[in-house]
Amino acid sequence: MKPSKIQTPGAQKSNEAPAEVTRRSFLNILWAVLGLAALAEFLWLTVSFLRPAKPGSAESETDTVVPAGALTAFAPGTVTAFQKGEFYLVRLEDGGFLALSCKCTHLGCTVPWVEKEKKFLCPCHASAFDITGNVITSPAARPLDTYTVTVENKIVKVDTGRRFKRSRFDSGQPVYPPKE
Amino acid sequence: MKATTPAADRPQRRFNLLGTLVLHFRPRRVPERTLRFTLTWGLGGMAVVLVLLQLFSGLLLKFAYAPVPTQAYESLVRLQEGFLFGRLVRNIHFWSANLLVVVVCLHGLRVFFSGGFHPPRRLNWVVGLSLLILVLASNLTGYLLPWDQLAYWATTICLGVLEYIPLVGSRLQQIALGGPQIGPAALRNFFALHTAVFPALIVMLMAFHFWRVRKAGGLVIPRAPAEELAKPAMVPTNPDLLLREAAMAMAVIAGVLVLSLLYDAPLGQPANPGLSPNPTKAPWYFAGIQELLVHFHPSFALLIVAALAFGAFYLPYLHYAETPAGVWFASATGRRTALAAAVVAGVATPLVVVLGEYAVDFSAMMPGLPQALSLGVVPTALLIAVVAGFYAVMARMFQASRLESVQAVFVFLAVGWALLTATCVFFRGQGMELRWPF
Repeated sequence: MKPSKIQTPGAQKSNEAPAEVTRRSFLNILWAVLGLAALAEFLWLTVSFLRPAKPGSAESETDTVVPAGALTAFAPGTVTAFQKGEFYLVRLEDGGFLALSCKCTHLGCTVPWVEKEKKFLCPCHASAFDITGNVITSPAARPLDTYTVTVENKIVKVDTGRRFKRSRFDSGQPVYPPKE
Repeated sequence: MKATTPAADRPQRRFNLLGTLVLHFRPRRVPERTLRFTLTWGLGGMAVVLVLLQLFSGLLLKFAYAPVPTQAYESLVRLQEGFLFGRLVRNIHFWSANLLVVVVCLHGLRVFFSGGFHPPRRLNWVVGLSLLILVLASNLTGYLLPWDQLAYWATTICLGVLEYIPLVGSRLQQIALGGPQIGPAALRNFFALHTAVFPALIVMLMAFHFWRVRKAGGLVIPRAPAEELAKPAMVPTNPDLLLREAAMAMAVIAGVLVLSLLYDAPLGQPANPGLSPNPTKAPWYFAGIQELLVHFHPSFALLIVAALAFGAFYLPYLHYAETPAGVWFASATGRRTALAAAVVAGVATPLVVVLGEYAVDFSAMMPGLPQALSLGVVPTALLIAVVAGFYAVMARMFQASRLESVQAVFVFLAVGWALLTATCVFFRGQGMELRWPF
């Protein structure tokens, strides 16, 4: 502390015994704490203002479930693009359904399905994925993300509300229509 | 002459806005040698002029632009076709934005190589780099606004990179995007950042930057390596410095105008979220990062960028034995090491790029390993070994001091970075494959 020319009783005391809490130093600490609390409040306010709407809120809840079509419309071994939900509905050779996000997992470009080569080919950085979404060629590091598929009354539906990341394709992921 | 007016006369002087307000942050006299054009190349002043051009042209554009995905593109078409000089104003904004990145980078190089980052100018180096980051952020956020294919996809891949930042990445991306992909929320965010947050921060930080220049006693005074500085000869700021600055400012404005008249800012097809163009490239000032992404796992590419940025900020605080402010390239040895570094990087970088494209494929060489190792840890370790080895060789071969060796590494990395940027901008075609630009 700088020695001040005007010697107030409080200052005198704090010079002799710095550990002692004077009224002045107590009030200073109080102000500092209150100021920090106010700052924290404003920060919290700003952050919560800027946070995007939560997935569970009313706005995003409405029609995230896209009815893709009748079960019979999708032949095994085909890929159907859905512009609206931005996903591919894949029917594997064994009849299982997969809804794949059309965003490349590398940097987010839209990957078109190339029927001739039976591959998803990213135009941006040449990543390639097979029909299950697995990576054939890097730079993409993980398979295409998936959406939940449900089959109700022979209608295939895809919930585009939540996208799932996965590290590789496994047999538990495709959804199979109930046997008749 | 104004500068020699005795202090006692000043209160009686007529209202003088130039002398009293606009110039209050300039010294009354400056060392004559700092006026030499080859000290500063006028780069700091150019940056100021370009920022002012940005503010004025941007303000005009704000009256024409609609920050909504369904109207953004049309509003630009209307601006270019319906407004008097609309296209010209947009071109001025475009060209001064791109030139600003170039000029600020060159300004940083000038300061570094003339020893302008030694005490008492260390903090101002940090402020300057922060300004560079803000300029880049302004450019990136402005890049999306035209809402054409170029804008949409370049921004998509730039934001795609965010996901690879550990811990906070996806969150950050969520906040920036405000949804699953670039849409109305992202455009709103970018518009707010581009037209309010970043300009305000830039102007505030610029004021701080100038104040620190003044606190440091002005610019470094250029001198030969062995020369000791006596008391420098001084000249009045007005008119000696101001006239030079005014001439420079007018030259810059004329240059931007000529560019804007000759070359139009690009406006392609309207954005189509379902169709990525091939190839999709980041804006040129981030093309170096994109080129790194071709060679490295994304997390490690970002790690390298973060390490480089940290190194750049930390440069002034490395405890150098000597602090030769005003000596170009620090010393005679410094000139030799810098030249050697530039030559080595100039040969090595294209070689590595070509080898990486046609000969060496780490992930194929180590098929059992996950990509994070084969494309991440292994090449990153190699890079660190190369830089450390280069530092040691410089210190050994040239008997270089720490300052000279650090400078050599800086040159090595800067040249490498410039060449990576050029590779991505000019030499990458469809599917990011190497090709000749002509």
